[in-house]
Amino acid sequence: MTRTMGLTGDEAIAYAAKQSNVDVVAAYPITPQTIIVEAFSEYVFDGEVHSEFVCVESEHSATSACIGASLTGARVFTATSSQGLALMHEMLYIASGLRCPIVMGVANRALSAPINIHGDHSDMMGSRDCGWLQIYAENAQEAYDWTIQAFKIAEDDNVLLPVSVNIDGFIISHSMEGIQVQEDKETLEFLSTRKPALTIDPDKPVTVGALCFTDYYFEVKRQQVEALDNSFKVIRKVNQEYKALTNRSYDTLETYGVEDAEAAIICLGSTAGTAKAVAKKLRDDGKKVGVIKLWVYRPFPTKEILETVKNLKALAVLDRACSFGAPYGALCSDVLSVLHGAGKELKVFNGVFGLGGRDITPTDIESVFNEALETAKTGVVKEPVKFIGVRE
Amino acid sequence: MWQSQKEHMKRCAGLSDIRKPGWRSIPIGGMLLEPGSALKYKTGDWRAFRPIVDETKCVNCLLCWIYCPDSSIVRKEKFVAINYDYCKGCGICAAECPTKAIRMEEEKR
Repeated sequence: MTRTMGLTGDEAIAYAAKQSNVDVVAAYPITPQTIIVEAFSEYVFDGEVHSEFVCVESEHSATSACIGASLTGARVFTATSSQGLALMHEMLYIASGLRCPIVMGVANRALSAPINIHGDHSDMMGSRDCGWLQIYAENAQEAYDWTIQAFKIAEDDNVLLPVSVNIDGFIISHSMEGIQVQEDKETLEFLSTRKPALTIDPDKPVTVGALCFTDYYFEVKRQQVEALDNSFKVIRKVNQEYKALTNRSYDTLETYGVEDAEAAIICLGSTAGTAKAVAKKLRDDGKKVGVIKLWVYRPFPTKEILETVKNLKALAVLDRACSFGAPYGALCSDVLSVLHGAGKELKVFNGVFGLGGRDITPTDIESVFNEALETAKTGVVKEPVKFIGVRE
Repeated sequence: MWQSQKEHMKRCAGLSDIRKPGWRSIPIGGMLLEPGSALKYKTGDWRAFRPIVDETKCVNCLLCWIYCPDSSIVRKEKFVAINYDYCKGCGICAAECPTKAIRMEEEKR
């Protein structure tokens, strides 16, 4: 039975974690993620969920506690943002290296300095090589749906990696939407309890976190690469099962109007919503534009992107984070390397936007589409990297 | 995956110097499935210089035995010997030996 609930993005993630019957939550509050932890602690206090809620003194400790709990075979959840994620950085690699299927909600927020609490992707992009699966949700509904699916993907024997479910700070984390939720029972049947293949157990002693020098470290890292590759199949399978339950379709990416488009925007998160609305308006005016929204950023859906862009002439890549000193933003670098690797002749330019939560307006997006169409027509990229919405 | 871990344990059972297994056949996450495996870890292969005891010069004073930071001096009836499984070749024994009975030779590998 499906119900409609009014939930913010943060509450939607907390609600999904509650329905997933998480065994352990160790988390530390930080704006704009705080509501996730706050809402979850209320579920625990009210006895709606039987999770062990560990109040820790920092995000570093939060992830450490999560890693320990996950190794015992527990289903584990945490959440953070920005500086908190930065403080976790060291432990993020340990969680993936020790193959702990932790699920983490991240309300993306700018990194200091200057101090800022608003949404951009600097935090997660700074951790993009940490070996976690990284999913970006466009709205509260997607945040809810992906959080539930994330447990099933993470805990699959062929993956066993942590997953972060990202929402744009404040834009999604604090906006209330009417979202469709299923009964607790249905979510539980979909997920079942975690069945860990190998855990720390006094009766069957194992060593975790042993020294791996020049002779074994490389092999262990190679296994992680393989697990991320394997996760594509698992994501697809879980998406299909989730569709059977909820009738909502997910994939590694979503497209809008790309099939017959000449120019498109590719982006992550809530910006895709604005982009789709603008694309609809432009398409009604006869302009051939489309939108590609990546749900799954890590592992990078190379094949799907190549398939999606095959008819395009120009592509604008929107990055909500700055890769200082790099030739392009993180997403654009990935897109370009994929296109180049496949020998694809497609004109690409990069738009860096929205740092520190600065709004990207429909007018901004429209001008990006117009520039992309112009690029498609002339075949000339006027400005490889542009900064959208910054005052000169 | 778990099948290959079993295979790995089987290989571990007789493992000494055979070629090390590839990434497909070791447990994930660097996990060690058998307890006490540190006993198999011989740190002596870190050694760049090897101490050699001249048994004719050794007076069995045991100064080397006292100084050795890795407890790698083995006491014998009339002179000392070296436990090359764990000696890392620091050379303290050779430096402290009052009769110059221990010399350091470069490891040939």
